[in-house]
Amino acid sequence: MVVQKERRDSGKLLPFRPMSPASPPWSFNDLPNLMALMLGDGKHAPSADSTIDILWVLYDRILRVNPDAPDDPLRDRFLLSKGHGPVSFYAVLAAKGFIPIDELRNFAQYESILGHHPDRLLIPGVEISSGSLGHGLPIAVGVTLGLRARGLDGPRVFCLIGDGELDEGTNNEAIALAGRLGLGALTVIVVRNDSCYYGWPGGIASRFIVEGWSGGEVDGHDHAGLEAALLVRDPLRPTVVVAQTEANR
Amino acid sequence: MTASESMRACFTRVTSELLDTSERLVLVLADIGIGSFREIGALERHPRRVLNVGIREQLMVGVASGFAIEGFRPILHSYAPFLVERPFEQLKLDLGHQGLGAILVSTGASYDAASEGRTHQCPGDVALLATLPGWKIEVPGHAEEVEACLRKAATGSDCVYIRLAERQNEQSFPGQSRLVPIRHGGEGAPLVVAVGPMMQPVLDATAGVDLSIAYLSEVRPFDAEGCRAMAGSQVVLVEPYLEGTTASEVAKALLNRPHRLLSIGVPLAERHRYGTPAEHDRALGLDAQGLRERILPFVGADR
Repeated sequence: MVVQKERRDSGKLLPFRPMSPASPPWSFNDLPNLMALMLGDGKHAPSADSTIDILWVLYDRILRVNPDAPDDPLRDRFLLSKGHGPVSFYAVLAAKGFIPIDELRNFAQYESILGHHPDRLLIPGVEISSGSLGHGLPIAVGVTLGLRARGLDGPRVFCLIGDGELDEGTNNEAIALAGRLGLGALTVIVVRNDSCYYGWPGGIASRFIVEGWSGGEVDGHDHAGLEAALLVRDPLRPTVVVAQTEANR
Repeated sequence: MTASESMRACFTRVTSELLDTSERLVLVLADIGIGSFREIGALERHPRRVLNVGIREQLMVGVASGFAIEGFRPILHSYAPFLVERPFEQLKLDLGHQGLGAILVSTGASYDAASEGRTHQCPGDVALLATLPGWKIEVPGHAEEVEACLRKAATGSDCVYIRLAERQNEQSFPGQSRLVPIRHGGEGAPLVVAVGPMMQPVLDATAGVDLSIAYLSEVRPFDAEGCRAMAGSQVVLVEPYLEGTTASEVAKALLNRPHRLLSIGVPLAERHRYGTPAEHDRALGLDAQGLRERILPFVGADR
């Protein structure tokens, strides 16, 4: 895997325009408008900006998930460990039919299903509730082991974490175990937006690879590059995709 | 079941049997206990459902959560401080908050590993878990009760904590989730609630005293109805962990009744003692003599 130099292949983000619930299918260029329903015109949380391309590529090109059967045992699992800045996640889920577009307008209200951190018991298709950092990857390891114990070799498990989140020691526990057990169905995407206070000398990917993972880095805004990286599945080793992003573009 | 079986040996035997009969069960360990399950053959028979994650307790809970998402019923085991206190946020968020369940089985109780020091002593486990909604907390006083708890928990999907101990009562009450009357005192006699392995010392301490005695092994949810039915206006609560852990439950049960409550348990103090559990019991007033010295004056039986 190499760092892709090409920028996103879907063009510039469009300005806000009123949304109509009756106008699917939604494209990547609709996402800013969907996010604006939650945040207001022109406002974008940096943490949402850093993940929007990754989430779109996952749901548009990679994940085998179906909003009409969110509990299908043969589905791929996506665990958003980095639960901060979830408006991009909600926008993608809405664009893909998991939640009604109109629900976005209720973002963070008392009776809304959409809060500042996702809740799996409220939102269809959301695999885990997240917010406190360092929980998603250990759970993803358990999900992968659960699939293995069920004899389900087809589904893949994707977990998205942040580079700052990687500071949490629980991730290192999970990285070590997944590597030693050779969990080939597991792919971790690390959003590298330089939010880690002390940095990662030697690079983030090397921390995984020394534990028996395969993987490398990719431009986190390049859809073709992300797709190519996320399609790779090493049958014998878990995969890490370190996605370099610019949070405040 | 043999008369001499320890609670921990019972846990190993029954869990191994349950793994053999239920494809839904998984056992997730963090090194502690893996030797016993290897010895009994469970690891070899179920390599994909018996997992040692190494000395990584937070991961143990996270992995159990993932198994539960996939429809499994995880059993976790370690010393109480490493099972409850160290990964507490994982218990809170990865299990209960996700709407998932698991069976936690701890060993070591408050100070069964007395000589190991404070790091392996855990009088606060029940109080800590009692801050989480929906947990069933079992404090068995006999290995037969451990077996009943485990077999019942294995069929459920909720969060269950089973607290094993070295000390066992002479009598067992398997499958009882409510207060069990042990001794009926005269009319208006004070009620002593003995929790789990505290029953034997309570019986020894109160011999010849006009008291009602009830046994309780399931402390959450608390049997408020049973408490109201058996209690008069004086209650003594004897728990083998942090003093007062269940006092608020008794107070809620008797909300509309003027009453006095004496809570006995492990005092809240930073301890720096080794030795034996019996020495700790003596020092903390939790042996028969210590209990008698506190209970009799409270109920006015020392006059």
